[in-house]
Amino acid sequence: MSMEQIVDKYFRPGRLPHIWCPGCGNGVVTGCICKAVDKLGLDQNEVVVVSGIGCSSRASGYLDFNTVHSAHGRALPVATGVKLAEPRLKVIVVTGDGDCTAIGGNHLIHAARRNIDMTVVLYNNSIYGMTGGQYSPMTPLGSKATTAPYATIEQDFDVTELVKAAGATFVARATTFHAQVLADVITKGIQHKGFALIEAVAACPTSFGRHNKMPNPATLMEWQRDHAVMKAAWDKMDAAKREGKFPIGVLYEDTSRKEYTGAYEELIARAQGGKK
Amino acid sequence: MKLKLITARCKGCGVCVNFCPKKVLAISEVEKCEAVHPELCIGCGQCELRCPDYAIFVEK
Repeated sequence: MSMEQIVDKYFRPGRLPHIWCPGCGNGVVTGCICKAVDKLGLDQNEVVVVSGIGCSSRASGYLDFNTVHSAHGRALPVATGVKLAEPRLKVIVVTGDGDCTAIGGNHLIHAARRNIDMTVVLYNNSIYGMTGGQYSPMTPLGSKATTAPYATIEQDFDVTELVKAAGATFVARATTFHAQVLADVITKGIQHKGFALIEAVAACPTSFGRHNKMPNPATLMEWQRDHAVMKAAWDKMDAAKREGKFPIGVLYEDTSRKEYTGAYEELIARAQGGKK
Repeated sequence: MKLKLITARCKGCGVCVNFCPKKVLAISEVEKCEAVHPELCIGCGQCELRCPDYAIFVEK
């Protein structure tokens, strides 16, 4: 299917143009989610998109699946409920860097720890865009923001390492410049049985770029191009060359651990002594 | 092969213009993308791939 047909099929009629700013990377990430769903041939009625609050979380309102636009940071608990009630459904969580790692940070580590089957697409635009550009836990150290006019002094999260340590069994990263890689890792994330997190590095020209000498959306995409390194090349780089750069692609995958809804089904069977 | 522009969705961010290897595209006076040299288009799809607004498609 062509991209035009994909947009016509998976977006709610009459909702475009979307509300995101000119040059915002969120549109590219949302398009990649649709490409992944299309590639896998999933039934739209069997897919649930759950989002929290923020710029990225508005995606649930545009997409023509079963969607829930939940409370700030609470997309993962809602998604956990949906998945436990109907384990056959494909659950995709759309969340932002602030929504997922600050307000919903605790939910994130525990969803990862349980290894519940869902795909989290974390739109990392490095800032709280909707509320006016406050710095988030994923704003790179030394960046400026409305709440950090002299640049941030806080170490930012590497969310891929965070969820890997917490117990996620599929971790990947890509950028909006590398949109093909992004669609590919989202596809693999949806196929993975267990907790999958994909960090999608997206540009925020309005709230992040303007404060950091990159007001042009294309400049932010060039920054992604110049700082992202494919995983295979990253593994061969020494520490000095890795400085300031980040790996993209599938970073971690473990298929040996038990998935939560499956374990829960087993528990029910055990508690009922094999008789339902 | 031909370019399809949906001007109503375009916000004139200039990402497509920047990544077009053949300089086919430009931002017009009303801040929308337009194809100024459509005959040079090689159909690489770089514009379609990164357009955040689904406003440009390459029809093959």
